[in-house]
Amino acid sequence: MENTDHLFRREAGRMVATLTRIFGVHNLALAEDVVQDAFCRALELWKYRGVPQNPSAWLMATAKNRALDILRHDRTARTAAPQLARLLENESRPATVFDELFSAQSIKDDQLRMMFSCCHPKLSEEAQVALVLHILCGFGVSEIASAFLSGQAAIQKRLSRGKKVLARSKRLFDISGIEDFSVRLPAVQRALYLLFNEGYHGASPEFVVRAELCREAMRLTALLLAHPLGAAPATYALAALMCLDAARLPARLDAMGNLSSLFDQDRSKWDAELVSEGQKFLDLSATGQELTAYHLEAAIASVHARALRTEDTDWRTIVSLYNTLMTINPSAVVALNRAIAVAQCDGPERGLAEIHAIAGSDRLASYPFYSAALGELELRSGRWQIAQDHFRKAVALARNPIERRFLEQRVDACEKNRFLPSRAS
Amino acid sequence: MSEFTFLFRGGRPAGAPPEQWQQQMQKWVLWIKQLGENGYIKDQGRPLERNGKVVSGKQKTIVDGPYAEAKDVVGGYMLIEAKDLEHALEISKGCPIFDVGGSVEVRPVMKVDM
Repeated sequence: MENTDHLFRREAGRMVATLTRIFGVHNLALAEDVVQDAFCRALELWKYRGVPQNPSAWLMATAKNRALDILRHDRTARTAAPQLARLLENESRPATVFDELFSAQSIKDDQLRMMFSCCHPKLSEEAQVALVLHILCGFGVSEIASAFLSGQAAIQKRLSRGKKVLARSKRLFDISGIEDFSVRLPAVQRALYLLFNEGYHGASPEFVVRAELCREAMRLTALLLAHPLGAAPATYALAALMCLDAARLPARLDAMGNLSSLFDQDRSKWDAELVSEGQKFLDLSATGQELTAYHLEAAIASVHARALRTEDTDWRTIVSLYNTLMTINPSAVVALNRAIAVAQCDGPERGLAEIHAIAGSDRLASYPFYSAALGELELRSGRWQIAQDHFRKAVALARNPIERRFLEQRVDACEKNRFLPSRAS
Repeated sequence: MSEFTFLFRGGRPAGAPPEQWQQQMQKWVLWIKQLGENGYIKDQGRPLERNGKVVSGKQKTIVDGPYAEAKDVVGGYMLIEAKDLEHALEISKGCPIFDVGGSVEVRPVMKVDM
């Protein structure tokens, strides 16, 4: 039997995407109703008979029958999909026409269409990601709000505005138009990247939610890769960085449930399969002219993945990759990560100088790991009191209990280093 | 042992996110399994469709249903065996329908000697 964890959520995205193709994008609400109806039937039947052998197929078939029923009897639905309605009328065996729409390939394409439609240029990046999570990943308002540490009302507003923009666009994005596809592709990649990052680096305290965001981002990226136009070098690079980063997820919390930094992680817990898949994608990304931020981030993750022990890490290569990343995608966070890599190569004092030189570091003021990085390097320079102040500041900025516990431990570590002679590492 | 009918009202979390539907379904599967293992189920009953009508009065007027609200519609029934009403009520308390605003009506089935 297939894995039924989050089955409804997963299937909701597939069903809505396909039903929206049938009813038209302005009838998204009708599509959502049909999905609710299928869930209702599943609840009523499965509770007595148990989950069927192939629950995905059962749900999709139920949605399909309901859609067929609506198209035959509901006037508004007929005007929604006039061509389809006519086809159903004239065809002697309308079910076969309908079967085509529910073939495996069609369902995949429908999700891709929806993905591109959600990344509408009229919507902010945040709205695009929220919409993808809601429509394609079946996340509810409260689930999205908790993932983004945002209020439910704000998310609700973002989603309804997003749906309005979708409805006004009249039709779903046409994934067969080569030119349109390439124009919209970077926005789609970006949304998937943000979705993954929210899971990987985001502040949501619930580790389970975060791992699911990563998994969903990877699932949708795989869909994109399966399309000939979607399988661009940048998409391969994106897939590579997701695999290589996700490979470290099992080691990010130690046995006690405490956050473990990249330096202290038990690297034997890294997912070797994901690492090798990531390396494969990274190789495939190395074509064409364009060097994207995804390429560089994936390359950095790949250097980490190759080091079996922290001290084997090729920090020189990492610094040079960050240098290039700063030229194509400069940001304060990238600069901070670069400074940490510099400290690994040239010592904590050089690292500190780099951090202090970051342009726009005020934008990092509320980021706990900015203060934490300063603390770490001050501690390594032997100035434990200054370090402790930085870590205390970081504790105050912690976004969840796990971060707070991690940073509090660093505050305590300063105390322990009090009597040690200064060391450069 | 006496027989009781459980009438399940409402409890369809309309508009709920998929995850909630799934949790509700999984809780039901578990609950019914437990009832069965305890030998409480006389007849599992069947789910009822929602699109029925009500015929009433001398005029035999047909309306869409006696209840304006979905939460009052009977969605299913079950025949339970329990010691007495107290026991039947206790059994009903494990029903997952309460998580989503539904209710269970517990009615003793009249004993009739035929």
